[in-house]
Amino acid sequence: MISYTTQAEAWPVNRKASLTISRPEPEFRIEGLNVYAGEKHILKNINLEIPRNKITVLLGPSGCGKTTLLKSMNRLTDLYSELKVSGHIFIENDDILNGTKNIPGIRQKMGLLSQKPFPLPVSIYKNVAYGIRLKGIKNKQLLDYNVEKKLREVGLWEEVKDRLHDSPERLSIGQQQRLCLARGLAVKPSIILADEPTSALDPVSSKIIENLFRDLKRHYTIILVTHVLRQAQRLADHVVFMNYGEIIEQGHPRDLFREPKTPQLKEYLVDGN
Amino acid sequence: MNRRKIIEQNIFRTLCGIASYSLIFMLGFIILIIFYKGVGSLSLEMVTKPPSGGYYFGGDGGILNAIIGSLYIAIGATLIAIIFGMPAALYINVHLVKRKKLQNAIRYFLDALWGIPSIVYGAFGFTLMLAMGLGASLLAGIITVALLITPIMIRTFDEVLSAIPMGLHEASLALGSTNTQTAFRVMLKQGFSGFITAVLLAFGRGIGDAASVLFTAGYTDLIPRNLDEPAATLPLAIFFQLSSPIPEVQERAYAAATILTIIILIISLTARTFSRKFTRTSIK
Repeated sequence: MISYTTQAEAWPVNRKASLTISRPEPEFRIEGLNVYAGEKHILKNINLEIPRNKITVLLGPSGCGKTTLLKSMNRLTDLYSELKVSGHIFIENDDILNGTKNIPGIRQKMGLLSQKPFPLPVSIYKNVAYGIRLKGIKNKQLLDYNVEKKLREVGLWEEVKDRLHDSPERLSIGQQQRLCLARGLAVKPSIILADEPTSALDPVSSKIIENLFRDLKRHYTIILVTHVLRQAQRLADHVVFMNYGEIIEQGHPRDLFREPKTPQLKEYLVDGN
Repeated sequence: MNRRKIIEQNIFRTLCGIASYSLIFMLGFIILIIFYKGVGSLSLEMVTKPPSGGYYFGGDGGILNAIIGSLYIAIGATLIAIIFGMPAALYINVHLVKRKKLQNAIRYFLDALWGIPSIVYGAFGFTLMLAMGLGASLLAGIITVALLITPIMIRTFDEVLSAIPMGLHEASLALGSTNTQTAFRVMLKQGFSGFITAVLLAFGRGIGDAASVLFTAGYTDLIPRNLDEPAATLPLAIFFQLSSPIPEVQERAYAAATILTIIILIISLTARTFSRKFTRTSIK
């Protein structure tokens, strides 16, 4: 029943896509998303399309709802009793907010990088292998291969190859953040959700992460939350400027940063620079 | 820093120091007195033999019956407490994370259960025992002590779990774990040292409690061989010997207390070493 309606809905979208070939289908389509925390309306009627294989930056002052928006994309908002979420978020025409869904499966389509690294309380190796094992892969060689591959992808392999079975606690915070990225990539997601991933890092480690993102966008859609204007300028392919739970302005960074249309963004650009 | 602040600082440092060191001193003092009074009557016979006739009047034999009985009851009850308590604490912190009110209600009830005096558990266990058609027995003792220590076990473990940052919980879910996988593969590992503390606290409370086993486990000079036989316990052995008018028997009570203390120390040290191996990779 569900698959039938999904296919039926997919029809017109596909036809539309074939008519306008120049524009690829978005990774995420968010429609009428509202989030309340008790009485407080923290996300107000968000409508947004996240382009595929690009870095979309959610920019805005602290407390504007960026992180909540990011967390509703992989339903981590489910963990907070005070949050009431309504609206639609589509991934491949599948509305992840409505109906009973395989939520772990949805979350495995996205890798999460949080403000502070939270390595799992297991060895470096097992951190990366964790998600792969959850997918039912037990073969030692396959695990070894994937762990090495993902650690290489984030440039951590050379630094940790001799202490794979040690606790990640001894790693620097920047290395821990890259480990968390490798761990997320190991689940083979198509999307990376990054919530101010460099805010706890030193400038050198931040730069490593930023460079990684530039490489990774060839294979992944990246959604980056930041309040650092310069980071947005360095990385963004698409900028979404938010304030007080609303999308104020969005577009290509060149247009947005050179000619802001709204007074809020103008003010933010002036203060941020 | 001005003079006033320095004086204030010094006064509070001294007060805090006195408070902490006096506690350590008290603990040392208690252990010292028990050892001092008991060490004279400690003998190999005492820990290797059950009482032979007239032990409580100064006759031969030992308290092996109470040592074994206490270990049986405490270990049995702790196992039951782990079987129910560990999943319960994980459930409260992982599955119920969104239901704050229910969490608080459960915690409130557990705290209330923790606060009930052990003699009340003894009386409850006694009623339960009669209803089940059991006599004073090892099984009744184990069940009663398990009832007494399970809330302690859950709440202690729960306190540690609730202090684990939400970010770790989110990280585990974001990788695609279910709640149950998050509970057993991530939270249990991260909180493992807290789990060991909880087990130790429960075990210590269980092996040291006299009132809950008074009616339910009974007392006997024999070593129990079956769950339906009565069992002696160290706290009751101490109690019976201490209430004797014969000085020699009273001294043996202190020796029994020494043995009880040593058992708890051994269990605690082993568990700590064991937990250190397990928590090698946990994040501090």
